[in-house]
Amino acid sequence: MHASLSIWAMQAFNGLSVFSVLLLMALGLAIIFGQMGVINMAHGEFLTIGAYTTYFMSKVSERWAPWLAKSYFLLAIVVAFTLAGVVGLLVEYFLVRRLYRRPLDTLLATWGLSLIMQQTFRSAFGAREVSATLPDWLMGSLKPTPTIDIPVNGLFVMALTVALTAVVYLGLVYTRFGINVRATVQNRSMASAAGIDTGRVDRLTFAFGCGLAGVAGAAFTTIGSTGPTSGSAYIVDTFLVVVFGGAQRLIGTIASAFAIAQTQATTEFFMTGSMAKVITLSTVILILLIRPQGLFALKVRH
Amino acid sequence: MSPRLLRVILRQRIAATTLALTTLLGGCDKGSATTTTSAVQPGAAPTGQHIAVTEKEVVVGQLHSATGTMAISETGSIEAERLAIDQINDSGGILGRKIRIIQEDGASDWPTFAEKAKKLLEQDHVAAVFGCWTSASRKAVLPVFEKDNGLLYYPTFYEGLEQSKNVFYTGQEATQQILAGLDWITKTKSAKTFYLIGSDYIWPRTSNKIARKHIENVLHGTVVGEEYYPLGHTQFGSLINKIKAQKPDVVYAIVVGGSNVSFYKQLKAAGVTAENQTLLTISVTEDELLGIGGENMVGYYAAMKYFQSLDNDNNKKFVSAFKAKYGPTSVIGDVTQAAYLGPWLWKLAVEKANTFDIDQVIAASPGIELTTAPEGYVKIHPNHHLWSRLRIGQAQLDGQFKVLYESELIEPNPFPKGYQ
Repeated sequence: MHASLSIWAMQAFNGLSVFSVLLLMALGLAIIFGQMGVINMAHGEFLTIGAYTTYFMSKVSERWAPWLAKSYFLLAIVVAFTLAGVVGLLVEYFLVRRLYRRPLDTLLATWGLSLIMQQTFRSAFGAREVSATLPDWLMGSLKPTPTIDIPVNGLFVMALTVALTAVVYLGLVYTRFGINVRATVQNRSMASAAGIDTGRVDRLTFAFGCGLAGVAGAAFTTIGSTGPTSGSAYIVDTFLVVVFGGAQRLIGTIASAFAIAQTQATTEFFMTGSMAKVITLSTVILILLIRPQGLFALKVRH
Repeated sequence: MSPRLLRVILRQRIAATTLALTTLLGGCDKGSATTTTSAVQPGAAPTGQHIAVTEKEVVVGQLHSATGTMAISETGSIEAERLAIDQINDSGGILGRKIRIIQEDGASDWPTFAEKAKKLLEQDHVAAVFGCWTSASRKAVLPVFEKDNGLLYYPTFYEGLEQSKNVFYTGQEATQQILAGLDWITKTKSAKTFYLIGSDYIWPRTSNKIARKHIENVLHGTVVGEEYYPLGHTQFGSLINKIKAQKPDVVYAIVVGGSNVSFYKQLKAAGVTAENQTLLTISVTEDELLGIGGENMVGYYAAMKYFQSLDNDNNKKFVSAFKAKYGPTSVIGDVTQAAYLGPWLWKLAVEKANTFDIDQVIAASPGIELTTAPEGYVKIHPNHHLWSRLRIGQAQLDGQFKVLYESELIEPNPFPKGYQ
């Protein structure tokens, strides 16, 4: 009895862990796609930028700054955010800016961009998958009781997700910039008439969304390896979470990530992995058929 | 006729002519080696098949994924085959001819593999092809090789259930890799219960089917769980909890590709190590271990016919030649070594048949022994597979395997009775 209680506890944690992974991935896209309506097919590649940045810093600190071994990871997260954000800024300025009223063209253009980015990774880092060397404090597990193992990296990802979601939510509601973003999204011409530089708002929002993707990528080096095509493994789930939640509301993204994660983790426990995926996706399709605007839609998109 | 209509017709005619011209030019043989029939080859009875052989050189093809998700795995094979061919050329070539390689990229896309195979056989008339890695790529090119009567040397350990006249399988088939390994672990660990895990496609499923039959019927053990996860899956928390709940004597893992890294990292994070759980895998070589990290797999067992740490003279020479050419940090896995065997086995067959003619090379192959193989010794079986040994290696911190057990030479049996 005691053993199965432990398993139950670990399984509950596992569900929360998958939830935070999904939410972390989807946060950046929720802003870009949800708030701005831009279909960024290269979102997965921004994740990969974050992951490769962490790998690069891991190698650099190993070679030249061993005293950074314990702390480089937190630094890497900041660098990943900045780098992905800067790349996002450039992408918005040179590419996405010209395609705002043409969603299908944005889709195609960002798909092409993702291919270019994948080949750049391949040329820079090689075709083989690589892994960052994780600091000690991220490895292993906590043992609240002798039979319960809580992986530390799972806890870390959860903490990071909570922090980032809070930042995004509070930022959107309480900061000047957040108000500008929401104004631009709701009524661009009025916002412009009220003196908001909508072009600048778009650019910074896109960059911020990409920066969040970079942070997610950095966090994912604790879970798996990084290769040139790692981004494409995440992009489908990410869009799924955002669309299912109702693209425009942050609470929708949170609820959808929770629902999908729990369904997946629970069915996985009682059936096989592939079957669990089938059931989860079928449920999502069914719900979207009945309610195409997603779980928490605010209004019809213009 | 209106001028507009005239213009339309003119445009169509120009387009049609351009198309015809391009097709004509494209269809011309661009290979710089002039093709000869087998009548010119030494001592051969002409069978009429065009093969790219001259007095000075013979042309072969390499068909692997240099780009795409499989590039990680296939790069080793490309390098090993090149090393073998360079060594053969340095020692004088085959029948006095130097080997020239035409390399094509399958790009991890199976239809592309079939298309490039067609090009190599029908346009370049290569005498042999060294290629493929996944079973999917092999299945895609098989009809091409059989229709055009080509010759393929395939290096990966795979599920068996195949035996083509035009293919030589230099990797182990499932019974060679699985049965002896299960026997060893049952004996050494007194194992009674097994948990079978795999990625969800033909090779792990077929292999686990064979494993299950062997466990239940021959070893009289029990399979307490069997699970499959899609390729690329990264969340193994539920599975690991299930393993902890069941506490099997042995976890038998056939997880493939990037999922490996997630699986073993999460196992370790969940407190599962070799000290409290025995694990045997047939899908992790030194190449995968490089990505996973030795510290995440230390103490687990792998069943392969070759490990880089094998202690014999052939292997020492092979490893140092490989490192000299590709860098001192190179790792060499089972498939890389099997790819290295391909050109050598082909050379021996050609010399025995005294011709490059494909039918005669195929006929001359069964019974050929390669005593300079890095794995020690192999012999070609009439079913086009190799007699080889199975080894059990234990993963070490530095990413190498320590060889704990070596079997007798195992006869290949791609269609095992009672296991299907």
